[in-house]
Amino acid sequence: MIFNGKVIKYGDNVDTDVIIPARYLNTIDKKELASHCMEDLDKTFIKRVQVGDIMVAGYNFGCGSSREHAPIAIKESGISLVIAKSFARIFYRNSINIGLAIVECAEAVDKIEEGDEIEADLDNGVIYNRTKGESYQTQPFPAFIQNIIVNGGLIASIQKGEIK
Amino acid sequence: MGMTMTQKILAKHAGLEKVEAGQLVLVNLDRVLGNDITSPVAIKEFERIGAKKVFDKEKVTMVMDHFAPNKDIKAATQCKMCRDFCDEHQVTHFYDVGRMGIEHALLPEKGLVLPGDVVIGADSHTCTYGALGAFSTGVGSTDMACGMATGKAWFKVPSALKFTLKGKLNKYVSGKDVILHIIGKIGVDGALYKSMEFVGEGVQSLTVYDRLTISNMAIEAGAKNGIFEVDEQTVAYVKERSDREFTIYQADADAVYDETYEIDLSQIKPTVAFPHLPENTRTFDEIGEIAIDQVVIGSCTNGHYKDLAEAAEIFKGRKVAKRVRAIIIPATQDIYLKAVENGLVKIFIEAGCIVSTPTCGPCLGGYMGILASGERAVATTNRNFVGRMGHVDSEVYLASPAVAAASAILGKIAQPTEVIK
Repeated sequence: MIFNGKVIKYGDNVDTDVIIPARYLNTIDKKELASHCMEDLDKTFIKRVQVGDIMVAGYNFGCGSSREHAPIAIKESGISLVIAKSFARIFYRNSINIGLAIVECAEAVDKIEEGDEIEADLDNGVIYNRTKGESYQTQPFPAFIQNIIVNGGLIASIQKGEIK
Repeated sequence: MGMTMTQKILAKHAGLEKVEAGQLVLVNLDRVLGNDITSPVAIKEFERIGAKKVFDKEKVTMVMDHFAPNKDIKAATQCKMCRDFCDEHQVTHFYDVGRMGIEHALLPEKGLVLPGDVVIGADSHTCTYGALGAFSTGVGSTDMACGMATGKAWFKVPSALKFTLKGKLNKYVSGKDVILHIIGKIGVDGALYKSMEFVGEGVQSLTVYDRLTISNMAIEAGAKNGIFEVDEQTVAYVKERSDREFTIYQADADAVYDETYEIDLSQIKPTVAFPHLPENTRTFDEIGEIAIDQVVIGSCTNGHYKDLAEAAEIFKGRKVAKRVRAIIIPATQDIYLKAVENGLVKIFIEAGCIVSTPTCGPCLGGYMGILASGERAVATTNRNFVGRMGHVDSEVYLASPAVAAASAILGKIAQPTEVIK
């Protein structure tokens, strides 16, 4: 499972209220949620994000609410992978469940800069920074997690009979 | 190696003799909860699974509280979707306008959570019920959907932080100050993925409501759950509300903890969390003059009768400062009624506060008290993130009901002793 994309980088404690402000939680329309993604932290995000881009952030990414709308908005915006130093636990679980790839790697976060081109190989747990010509090691994704991501989430995996 | 309270509850519900931190377990659920924001997503997923019925119509619970009474057409549509689903599946515990309350105040009040239960809720503050000795944790809508269909959820067994409480709180200091103090100490990810377990003789000096407030904000330290030892007060509280049998779990003497903290309750002072993280705590020797525009007293954290009574003691015979809007939100209909019967509502209205029907409303910037750019609120709610109560350039200061009431009267962040000399 390989992700290629340009980096959009944020700091520590990016909370679910800035990922998708509660005033937009009166809908479950994915496109509409994505159109407000990161709005309260970075109004430029939705204008500049390209399909495949990789979001990089510090500690405790996704802290706060249990709203699944947060990983949904990020995924629907085009982000293919989130790399952070750590994730809040509900956000972590929700991301896998809805099929958004996320991985912890403190070294990568320290070294990667905004705009860097990244190739992340999660079969082998290697994050390669094409811009800087360096690699960072992380945990490979287990096969069943990869399948959930490829299928587009836990429910889709259950429908396909891959998880019983 | 012994087990913590949390580990024992998870082991029992997984049908295992023993579990240890890091182990993955599949557990049976005693309750699956959702609200008007998270349930619609879960209902769609439930239908995608192809499930024909909920696993137990007594155990699935939905509460319309976040944007209810419906704040707009979209919110109305979401509530309708929940209502229709609960009708179709004959869900017993569906709480709509007129019978609802803020979910985490309502479920304990209705006796729907007992010691030893395992509860998941598609709301991060589901950790509140740890106050009653239950394992309860927030999940997303997909987990809620799977829980509604199967009655099961998987968990990684957490390690734990142990908080040994001793002593008693001073006057005008409450559970909110305790949990803000702890979050200030360990940080917003200080308990990430872990249990917070509260034990010691100090527990008995805390009312069940103080404990509910403390467990409620365990998530603000990143915790999976925040659980209290069960004592006579807990037992009396739940027996008054439910006939269902329950089990009390205590940690083994040789249970292992990642860290142990001693908290002397008598040393806790009124504490305020400054924008924009609950860990930015200060006591009044570090606060100074900060003028405010709004006060909110309510939410799943501090909308209990005890909270309103503490605020009323300070509002009685006094007036809310000019230019301050004071919004009081009883967390449930029963609390509201009791506040009417006991004269609290009269005190609030005479002081110049408004009193609203139960709703999460302003806590998450939904409605009923949104802040403009540059405005500041003192709120008894649980989060002070950027834009949480309105404009991205507004600010929320988290505090106890007593501090919030004193602040409303003086028009600045103030402690009760500045009002009641």
